[in-house]
Amino acid sequence: METAYIEVHNLSKTYSAKNGNVEALKSVTLSIPKNEIFGVIGLSGAGKSTLVRCLNLLEKPDSGEVVIDGKNLLTLGKEQLRLRRQKIGMIFQHFNLLEQQNVLDNVCFPLEIRGIPIKQRKEKALELLQKVGLGDKAEAYPSQLSGGQKQRVAIARVLANEPDILLCDEATSALDPETTKTILNLLKSIYDSMGITIVIITHEMRVIQEICTQVAVLDGGTVQECGSVTEIFKNPKSRAARRLLLMRETEEMSDVG
Amino acid sequence: MPNLGIDVLFKGKNFLRLLGGLWAAVRISLISVAISIALGLVMGMLMTSQNKILKAVFRVYLEVVRIMPQLVLLFIVYFGTTRVFGWDLSAEYAAIIVFSFWGVAEMGDLVRGALISIPKIQYESAQALGMTGLQIYLYVILPQTIRRLIPLSINLITRMIKTTSLVMMIGIVEVLKVAQQIIEANRRTSPNAAFGVFAVVFLLYFIVCWPISRLAAYLERRWS
Repeated sequence: METAYIEVHNLSKTYSAKNGNVEALKSVTLSIPKNEIFGVIGLSGAGKSTLVRCLNLLEKPDSGEVVIDGKNLLTLGKEQLRLRRQKIGMIFQHFNLLEQQNVLDNVCFPLEIRGIPIKQRKEKALELLQKVGLGDKAEAYPSQLSGGQKQRVAIARVLANEPDILLCDEATSALDPETTKTILNLLKSIYDSMGITIVIITHEMRVIQEICTQVAVLDGGTVQECGSVTEIFKNPKSRAARRLLLMRETEEMSDVG
Repeated sequence: MPNLGIDVLFKGKNFLRLLGGLWAAVRISLISVAISIALGLVMGMLMTSQNKILKAVFRVYLEVVRIMPQLVLLFIVYFGTTRVFGWDLSAEYAAIIVFSFWGVAEMGDLVRGALISIPKIQYESAQALGMTGLQIYLYVILPQTIRRLIPLSINLITRMIKTTSLVMMIGIVEVLKVAQQIIEANRRTSPNAAFGVFAVVFLLYFIVCWPISRLAAYLERRWS
């Protein structure tokens, strides 16, 4: 059994909305092994986004623990948390690049923040752009790129901090199936070459199927089921998992049709 | 062609005096605009805070500025404070205080509007990159805010420049006052001067404000 790298214990989070409270997470416990591509799947409102945002404390849980590499993030001071976050990369559904800056400057940005001299950061950024297959787009602006290319820039930017964890919050949900595949392949090659723990949040079974080794099925703010992807695909125990599998089949049918 | 009366401007030092008056107006507005932009940025950031007391204070301040005619504010600060508090403010200081008081409030409100129009995810992705609060503001939020602010603040700046004509009411000899003096002094010899001189004043305001609005248009195009 591999050792857990990211552990979540009894994590709860409730949002207060105008029409009553919403329990996004209800005492979630999860452990994610080191150097694994771990998927979290659920329908919208299942709490998966809240869960991933608790992993780098963009969202403060009401109770519970987030332990990464043996350290409880909730006990860290502001400055320690900030430095830890630099090593927890995160990519988003809508990429969130700086629109006024070109691709190279976007990738240089986290290095600039860390005070790396200009020559070194340019070298490093170009190297990363090569890695994500955008070596020729350094001077382009985000508005000139396609969605998939923008996500590649976001990935290069996040890699600039040399993270040991990469959180993907619906990173392929705004992309078409073909582009999704190429982005997932890129993530896979990063995983193979860097030895990094990747957590993928998605509502698409095919993303899980394509890239993940383990998966947790989230529904109504609780973990319904957790285990190896092959096992869950073969023999789904929870209703949520069965529903998601059913949805995937209809997706595939509509792809053909 | 009727006599427009522009010739009075070429008598003696009249035209230089008019330019001197223009400088007085521009000086007051430049200083006030500089103060308004600097403090307005800070104020806009504070206005986005969740603190209820702070919010209420800014609300009242903004309403006062919007409701009070600038002229009344000028009178209160220049004439009123001398009697009540015994302050010996020069007219120019009084004008700068009033125009800054106005500018900071309006600028603050513009900044607030621009800040809350930046999606929350921008803050979050910056946080996820491990940036400090100050870095997030300086490198991520402010550059985007400023782009949205340019057209709005240019409008405010030109309005401030034009409104400086009110300061002649507290005895500052600015461009409009000089124009009036020139016209009065030459009433007999060139009764038509009112048209020509005021037309020149109009041109002078135009020369000051036009480059500013061109600059804004240029910046907007460059950054979009």
